[in-house]
Amino acid sequence: MDILNAFVALANFVIVPALAYGSQLALGALGVTLIYAILRFSNFAHGDTMAWGTMCAVLATWGLQAAGIGLGPLPTALLAIPVGIAGAAVLVLATDRVVYRFYREQKAKPVILVIVSMGIMFVYNGLTRFVIGPDDQNFADGERFLISARDFKALTGLDEGLAIKTTQALTVVVALITVALLFWFLNRTRTGKSMRAYSDNEDLALLSGINPERVVTVTWLIVAALATIAGVLYGLDKSFKPFTYFQLLLPIFAAAIVGGIGNPLGAIAGGFVIAFSEVGITYAWKKFLTYFLPESMAPDGLVQLLSTDYKFAVSFVILVIVLLFRPTGLFKGQTI
Amino acid sequence: MTRTIGLFALVAALILGTGFLQSWNSALIILNMGLVSAIMALGVNLQWGLAGLFNVGVMGFVAVGGLAVVLVSMAPVPEAWDAGGPRVIGAILFGIGVVVAAVLAWKKLGKGVRGWAVAAITVAGFFAYRALLDPAVDAIEAVNPAATGYLGGLGLPVLLAWPIGGVMAAGVAWAIGKTALGLRSDYLAIATLGIAEIIIAVLKNEDWLARGVKNVIGLPRPVPYEIDLQADPGFVETAGNLGLDATTASTLAVKLGYSLLFTAVLVVLLILAQLALKSPWGRMMRAIRDNETAAEAMGKDVTRRHLQIFVLGCALCGMAGAMMTTLDGQLTPGTYQPLRYTFLIWVMVIVGGSGNNLGAVLGGFLIWFLWVQVEPMGQFVMNLVTSGMADGSAVKAHLQDSVQHMRLLTMGVILLLVLRFAPRGLLPEK
Repeated sequence: MDILNAFVALANFVIVPALAYGSQLALGALGVTLIYAILRFSNFAHGDTMAWGTMCAVLATWGLQAAGIGLGPLPTALLAIPVGIAGAAVLVLATDRVVYRFYREQKAKPVILVIVSMGIMFVYNGLTRFVIGPDDQNFADGERFLISARDFKALTGLDEGLAIKTTQALTVVVALITVALLFWFLNRTRTGKSMRAYSDNEDLALLSGINPERVVTVTWLIVAALATIAGVLYGLDKSFKPFTYFQLLLPIFAAAIVGGIGNPLGAIAGGFVIAFSEVGITYAWKKFLTYFLPESMAPDGLVQLLSTDYKFAVSFVILVIVLLFRPTGLFKGQTI
Repeated sequence: MTRTIGLFALVAALILGTGFLQSWNSALIILNMGLVSAIMALGVNLQWGLAGLFNVGVMGFVAVGGLAVVLVSMAPVPEAWDAGGPRVIGAILFGIGVVVAAVLAWKKLGKGVRGWAVAAITVAGFFAYRALLDPAVDAIEAVNPAATGYLGGLGLPVLLAWPIGGVMAAGVAWAIGKTALGLRSDYLAIATLGIAEIIIAVLKNEDWLARGVKNVIGLPRPVPYEIDLQADPGFVETAGNLGLDATTASTLAVKLGYSLLFTAVLVVLLILAQLALKSPWGRMMRAIRDNETAAEAMGKDVTRRHLQIFVLGCALCGMAGAMMTTLDGQLTPGTYQPLRYTFLIWVMVIVGGSGNNLGAVLGGFLIWFLWVQVEPMGQFVMNLVTSGMADGSAVKAHLQDSVQHMRLLTMGVILLLVLRFAPRGLLPEK
């Protein structure tokens, strides 16, 4: 019984939150990694692209809520995601046309594009705050819990409760669908294959008649979709605040690099590695150990390896370790 | 040359214009932070313009400089030292020892065992370190938490904190450079971005060090206090002769004092930077930047030179950070934001002209001026735009509220325009 309790506690505080967070990071990292694979630079504006797409979705959600349209137990924001994606797509395509295309034609060095993306980051950041302001926005509605801690206890008779928020379950499901669609697209469709060809060998792809501008446009569209979905899921799970999205840049980059930048499978693995380490290292293990160990060995302190405020340090340390010992990432990505 | 003089004259005119049109206090506030920004930009320019190192962790080094002010100039808290001072120092020395042991183990041991050895040393070391540190920290933070709850500083003159801030930032930079400088540009950028966040997290959470988010206020000043000046009959008389009332005169005098100190530092650093740029060492750095492989073939140790200039540039940022904290008179870790302290400095360097020290200084002043003044300008524009709308309408209120976010947008647009139409900046490298 104690072992069951221990694992339920672990699931409640580590596994379920980390699965949801990992899915959000994986979707974010997929966007970063696609940009890197096709456009060949690290996009510092990705966090703010997420914020912008989410903001569009939040505004649409409010509109739907005001009109009385909802999904019952599911959050209304799900209906608003297409609007968010459209908003983000318009923004990134306009940016590409006005800004990035010029540097592509110049064949500018990747580091110049990174600096350009810093400028874009400022602009997006300003735009998002301009429209919705810098404050926290709550847009989640619908049923709060799939199963609450109390129901779980009554159901199983265990001392520990396992609460699964609707948004957490939703995050994992939506992320799974999105990733499946993405991989189907990349591996099965003509456009997807041309994208992979372009990423592998640009000259050869051009030679075989692939239109580079089309590849770039499709990439931006996919990135807009991934960023918005990741952003909306994160916002539903926690809350929407532009600055938090900017800060997500670090774990997202860490996830993309740890997995092997330019490699979509790696981005997903990286997302979960970062999420599980972050949650695991900042979790107070006292409860788990108390169930697990004999009473004489029960720990006195919280057994929290690092305080939650150091979660950035976790992504960073993993990032550095991977970069030092396996610079191509866990899955073989491109080396910068 | 005429371009340089002309652009600096423009900046001077902008700041003087602020003095004539708004107030001399605002003009001096802009000037002082402009001087500090110019030093930060010099530091980034050293790294990026001279060596091509992509450091986006400026905020972290600025914050380390700020920490130096607290550690140097605040009075020590003897009770806290008695409660746990030596234990904390011991724990930190132990932590450093663990890292050194892990690095040595990695270097000395054979391929098969070293991974496990390093893992064992770091994991065991981490738990031992926490066991040593935590009780000491609790003891220190329990000492009068409302007013102190930290170890305090050394009680030395605050001006000493500026060079020490530089040295501390250099030390941190050395440790980071040792691990991260082998990485290529994008990775280094992301690594430094992370480092900066970690430094801020440490400042926010380690209350025993500098009170964390409870802030350290009332830092000593290198210039007199306004109150003392107002009480000084000689000063009041001089002010009267200039046609100023004592209160305004005292605030101006204090700010002017900072301006003079900062100008002195900037001039010295600028001269040093120019000498470095023109020296054989500077030529070598540019040769490395332009073609690493060729420089390596000529027998230059690229990694070491990179480490050297990374440390130097970060030292400048640390010094500027110490000066800024002295100017503010308080250390508030919650106010450090990457957009303001890292990316804005980058805008300064790119707009001013990377590779040109005078360009970086110019960019520092110009961008800082715009950063401050875009808000009132935006307010003016927004008032024009919304003048036709009905009072009390939601759109009007929202638009007028949003003016404060104009500056981010403006900075982004300026950076993009410069990158597109004058990619080498306002004052290009010769």
